[in-house]
Amino acid sequence: MIKHLLSINQLSREDVVRILDTAESFREVGTRVIKKVPALRGRTVVNLFYENSTRTRISFELAAKRLSADVINFSTSGSSVAKGESLKDTALTLQAMGADAIVIRHSSSGAPQTLSRWVGASVLNAGDGTHEHPTQALLDLFTVREHFPSFEGLRVAIVGDVRHSRVARSLTFAVAKMGGEVTLVGPPTLIPPEAQAWGAQISHHLDEVLPKLHVCYMLRVQRERQRQQFFPSVREYSRLYGLSRRRVEALAEEAVIMHPGPMNRGVEIASDVADLPRAVITDQVTNGIAVRMSLLYLMLGGDARREEDPRA
Amino acid sequence: MPSRTLFRGVQLVDPASGHDGLTNVLIEDEEVRAVGADVTATGKADVIDCSGLVMAPGLVDLHAHLREPGFEHKETVETGSRAAALGGYTAVCAMPNTDPVTDNAAVVMEVRTLADKAGLCEVFPAGAITRGLAGEALTDIGEMTEAGVRLFTDDHNCVQSSRVMRLALEYAKTFDAIICQHAQDGALSEGWQMHEGHYSALLGLAGAPAEAETVVVARDLALARLTGGRLHVTHVSAARSVELLAEGKRRGVRVTADVTPHHLTLVDQDLVTYDTCRKVNPPLRSDEDRDALRRGLADGTLDAVATDHAPHADEDKEQEFDQAPPGTIGLETALAVILTELVEPGLLALTDAIRRMSVEPAAILGLDQHGGPVAPGRPANLVVFDPAAEWAVGERPFASIGRNSAFMGRTVRGRILHTLLLGAFTVREGVATR
Repeated sequence: MIKHLLSINQLSREDVVRILDTAESFREVGTRVIKKVPALRGRTVVNLFYENSTRTRISFELAAKRLSADVINFSTSGSSVAKGESLKDTALTLQAMGADAIVIRHSSSGAPQTLSRWVGASVLNAGDGTHEHPTQALLDLFTVREHFPSFEGLRVAIVGDVRHSRVARSLTFAVAKMGGEVTLVGPPTLIPPEAQAWGAQISHHLDEVLPKLHVCYMLRVQRERQRQQFFPSVREYSRLYGLSRRRVEALAEEAVIMHPGPMNRGVEIASDVADLPRAVITDQVTNGIAVRMSLLYLMLGGDARREEDPRA
Repeated sequence: MPSRTLFRGVQLVDPASGHDGLTNVLIEDEEVRAVGADVTATGKADVIDCSGLVMAPGLVDLHAHLREPGFEHKETVETGSRAAALGGYTAVCAMPNTDPVTDNAAVVMEVRTLADKAGLCEVFPAGAITRGLAGEALTDIGEMTEAGVRLFTDDHNCVQSSRVMRLALEYAKTFDAIICQHAQDGALSEGWQMHEGHYSALLGLAGAPAEAETVVVARDLALARLTGGRLHVTHVSAARSVELLAEGKRRGVRVTADVTPHHLTLVDQDLVTYDTCRKVNPPLRSDEDRDALRRGLADGTLDAVATDHAPHADEDKEQEFDQAPPGTIGLETALAVILTELVEPGLLALTDAIRRMSVEPAAILGLDQHGGPVAPGRPANLVVFDPAAEWAVGERPFASIGRNSAFMGRTVRGRILHTLLLGAFTVREGVATR
């Protein structure tokens, strides 16, 4: 298994299947009364979050705890980072404290890769800038697999601000890797033309794309982008690219609706659409824990040397 | 008793005189005394056997950041001069984005005094075009010209206002001063981290399109034509800019241009590891851009190679990619990179490499004492190098305070052995003499 998880592109198709299959067995742990296994007892996982995050941080925390690892949450406010400590010095400090894995969320693209050069611990990218969010893509694949047995020929649309979305990058790479077809949908200002090289098609007309889909994946649209003039108004964006009740009717019966959260109800997705049974948004959250357990287990658990240590 | 040095059996590459072949060169005090196969040392002389070595006029850099005054933790005039000498340079044009900004004669004199004290390289401070590099009010170009400034630039702050640029080109004509532009449209490149293209999309880094440069090059060529002023476009990075410059030259616009060793050799793909030492301004562009720059340098559309030596402290560069300042050091690697990546594969003749790194930049700056010819009575500003010596960048410490080389770890060929500034060794056997 890989040492660091920085990008979906590091993983082979077989790696992805193994991660999802392992997650399958961990999902059952979450349904027990005592939701814990001893797999990572004595290992230390640090959550290093330079950006605010609720679901990803809690999901990683729960995943590590259910594997019996010791978990340290290191958020940047109220820490040495707030006093101006550099990423490098923070990394060396965590290293000196014996972290086995560092889960990092950072507003700068590439920060996890930079961190991985400075530490011996495994680094897991929990979202870096506008680059990637590989664990989100894996939990999305896991959720899709609950509805569609094969990724081969699976038709997925990712709708919204692809340019600034780390979720869109990772998910596009992941679906393409597994044999599915991705169409990126949004205004030309929010879809880099180079995205065709990711193995995706590009469309600027959501209504044309909807009928053929298995998965309609809506991205969060930040109001900040309107201030930067990437689209003229939230109203116009919502009219052209929002998933309304009317648009849901154009979807095939078996198609599912996904969203990485947090949602802007009424902007990219109508509130009643978000609550439809075919909107599997809370399943994504639940599955996130199992997928992250799987990753931590596969990346940290196979260290026989440590397990044979007589002091263990 | 004069001091004499005889360089025996050296391959003299001197584009200004057209000389390219084995000869002996005798230096006496500050001057070249004699050049010729039959020249020998009369009386007491230091004789240096130069078999396998090349002698050329000392290199001249149009674009280096020496950081002093104000940023002495990144570089000083002394350390930058030492890096220059070790790179074979005898003259360097120092950029004005210091603190205080080099926008008046007092700072010019301070930099010149520091350079004289270091005594390793002639330093010609560039003056700012606008006060405080703010792009609004012109500096006292006349007074700074009297203080020895030959080139004016706001460098990383490209002059955005067409009106200010026009006035600068027009006003500077009185002094035949050069208005040097870092061509970059501010609005089109806002927030940029790298070249906009396949790799910026892949890496999730905000891109600056090549057009951010080319629209300004096109505008400035039009303004240079309108005013008859002297324009220099520095560190050209885009293929289309080369075409525009070629057209401008054909139409008689007074324009010259330079390109850096890193833009001639590296591309946007080289950023896939988020190496902040390869974050440079303007950004490394596509393969097609790099290839067009190479052709432009070979055919003379691009007149000179300039380093854009931009030293930073370790803590500046050891940061997240979007927080690290742009820039790579370059003075100590420029000649070796050009020899290895352009001359050796046959993309550029050795004599043309010397032309672009010494003769042309000296001519642009109007430096009579530099760029050759290497002939009797001429000031002995010279470099002697071993074109075959192989080394790895970073294997020995840099003289620059900055260690931020975009070429770190790369194997190159070509090692500077001796640099002479007015007949005195600033570098001897690869070691700085002071």
